Amino acid sequence: MSLATALLALIWLSVTAYALLGGADFGAGFWDLIAGNPDRGHERRTLIEHSIGPVWEANHVWLIFVLVLMWTSFPALFAAIASTLYIPLTLVAIGIIARGSAFAFRKAVTETWQRRLFGAAFAFSSVITPFFLGALAGGIASGRVPPGLANGDIITSWVNPTSLACGVLAIAVCAYLSAIYLTADARRGGHGELAEYYRRQGLLSGITVGVVAVAAIAVVHADARQIYRELLDGGLPLVIVSIVAGLTSLLLLTRRDYIAVRVTAALAVTAMLWAWGVGQYPELLPGLSLDQAAAAHATLQATAIASLVGLLFVVPSLAWLFVLFQRDQSRAARRDS
Amino acid sequence: MVSHVSIAAAGSIIAPRSQMGFSLGWHIILACLGVGMPGLTLFLEWRGQRTGDVHYRLLARRWARTLGVLFAVGAVSGTILSFEMGLLWSGLMEHYGSVIGLPFAIEGFAFFVEAIFLGIYLYGWDRLTPRVHLLSGIPIFLAGVLSAFFVVCANSWMNSPQGFTERNGKLTSVSPWSAMFNKATWPETTHMILAAFMVTGFLIASVYAVAMLRGHRDRYHRLGMLVPLSFACAVTPIQIVVGDWAARYVADDQPAKLAAMEGLFRGRHGAPESLGGIYYDNALHGAIRIPDGLSLLARLDPRAYVAGLHEIPVDQRPPVNIVHLAFDSMVGVGFALLALGAWFGWAWWRHHDLPASAWFLRAVAVSGVAAVVAMEAGWITTEVGRQPWIVYRLLRVDQAVNPATGIGWGLPLLLIVYAVLTVAIVYVLRHMVRSRPVPAAPQESDLADYEVG
Repeated sequence: MSLATALLALIWLSVTAYALLGGADFGAGFWDLIAGNPDRGHERRTLIEHSIGPVWEANHVWLIFVLVLMWTSFPALFAAIASTLYIPLTLVAIGIIARGSAFAFRKAVTETWQRRLFGAAFAFSSVITPFFLGALAGGIASGRVPPGLANGDIITSWVNPTSLACGVLAIAVCAYLSAIYLTADARRGGHGELAEYYRRQGLLSGITVGVVAVAAIAVVHADARQIYRELLDGGLPLVIVSIVAGLTSLLLLTRRDYIAVRVTAALAVTAMLWAWGVGQYPELLPGLSLDQAAAAHATLQATAIASLVGLLFVVPSLAWLFVLFQRDQSRAARRDS
Repeated sequence: MVSHVSIAAAGSIIAPRSQMGFSLGWHIILACLGVGMPGLTLFLEWRGQRTGDVHYRLLARRWARTLGVLFAVGAVSGTILSFEMGLLWSGLMEHYGSVIGLPFAIEGFAFFVEAIFLGIYLYGWDRLTPRVHLLSGIPIFLAGVLSAFFVVCANSWMNSPQGFTERNGKLTSVSPWSAMFNKATWPETTHMILAAFMVTGFLIASVYAVAMLRGHRDRYHRLGMLVPLSFACAVTPIQIVVGDWAARYVADDQPAKLAAMEGLFRGRHGAPESLGGIYYDNALHGAIRIPDGLSLLARLDPRAYVAGLHEIPVDQRPPVNIVHLAFDSMVGVGFALLALGAWFGWAWWRHHDLPASAWFLRAVAVSGVAAVVAMEAGWITTEVGRQPWIVYRLLRVDQAVNPATGIGWGLPLLLIVYAVLTVAIVYVLRHMVRSRPVPAAPQESDLADYEVG
């Protein structure tokens, strides 16, 4: 494997981590949005705050990582995407500001009307941000972002059938992942009713993901034949893994196997992302191959070394954060029971 | 030089430049607190553990929670900047992304570590042993300082580009490590990290000075002011020496910037140091001049030659008044803060107490905003002084901007967003200062509340 491929894989791993972890935090915002009025939704919202509080900040950093690795290792790819898709990217940026700061502010205020205001900003931006992220992914996948500076259409590159389908799919996936994580968190915290609520929502959103995914494949078939062929060509085994893992998840949810369902749900989403990645490889944009987009060898080498050293620090720290947080929850559950 | 010369008309770069300047200027205040607050908070926590004094512990807890909110907002406003690198300056990133990217990538890791340990530190407050908790805060401090270092490395490269060769607009060999450690790296990063310490120290001290002026003169408020103030006052003289070092780097490497900082049109031997004044008709009017001062400061020789703006082609001269006044503001505030520190130090040496005058508290109360003004003025000097270059002498700003139509709309949109954000954060911080008990940080999880719910 060439150094450029290795770095592309690292970027794609970061995209996956962001989808699985950051995506679930966005999904939590979706459930926050529909949790109901302050009285009825209080318990649901408290669970959400509790579940994402210590980790959402770290989960967000994967995105920054994707950006810096991309512009360091594949500057031409980054410049083409950013200059053509600047409208959805600006909207994503605003969504990220609103979501992060509103979540922080909601914690810090006490009056109901203030908590509602910041809560609404948090929840609303949590829903629109993954939509725009999905839309720009759809724009890239359907070949609407040509290489070069601002060579694509600044509107139709992200307002098109594939982008729309991917945007809706992104919202559904985030909600689904989050419901599954929340179910397990609620159960570990000893909240049976809440766990049941999120289990039902998980089933519902899981079915929605399935329906939207099938619809999205039909849209892609009609709208972007190239990526459709690639998906069925190189990506087919992964597409199958995704479908099987998704169906298994629904089965596990009905059987209340909350730990296993975390694994299969994550697998379903991961396989879907990698199916796209494998399908599109090695052409990053129409007419822009991996080698053409890659930075100088010295830069790739330095970035790879820096990333390896960085991961040596990041991975154990992240593990400690998650272990500390999960262990504490199970201790609380034991105290309750 | 890139091939797509002047893809944007000169006028259309004002909006993206303002947008970048505005988002950077906003973010940098929070970034300073992210660099400076962890160390001070840990110091208080350590004192609290050593002495058993509840005031230290309470202050540490409060600052940690405030840091949690500021860090959350700082993280998102920083993310916007990495978006804007591509949205606004895609020409820069396309051409030089592979040269300038490495420090950003490393900064990404440092920031990651900072975010993770902030989560551990805030979440683990009552869950880890005091010793382990204190230790878990150290990576936040180290990663914060390193983040600042690496991100300013990228800026220093724009002032002192090296580590690559270019032929006919194509990069032929790239050495990212040598690009990262360029001539501007050490003076710029040191100057910025110390500025972050000063901004943090004076800002926090000013909050407690205001409370003391309102009559809260108990031990809690006194400590809340004394610790950050002593720290900031100790850093200030070092900063002035480092500032001098940074200015000498500019004199050597960026003559146009130095000439603009001083409003010097004709280069000369024995150039005077000029304070204040307005620049028009190719001369500085109404300035106070110290004979031979500039030559002495820049070259350590009163007769040394200092280059003037007339040696720079007209279309490559930075806007003089902005740079000159920003530079004078930074230096002026720096010396005022030094005087404040001297006043404080004198009183402490003589009486082992604060100066008795209420004017001292008033001075401390404005020192926070003053330090922010100095820091922002310093950045304006660096960035506007480099104009019209985005990469000094290699790439002009108008060649680096995203040529897509309509990017100017980002500015009004972002201005609205930042206005709302500013109001909200000021409101929330005021609320956090007043309410008892202290509201939880966004990284904390209120398990007690959760179990009841």
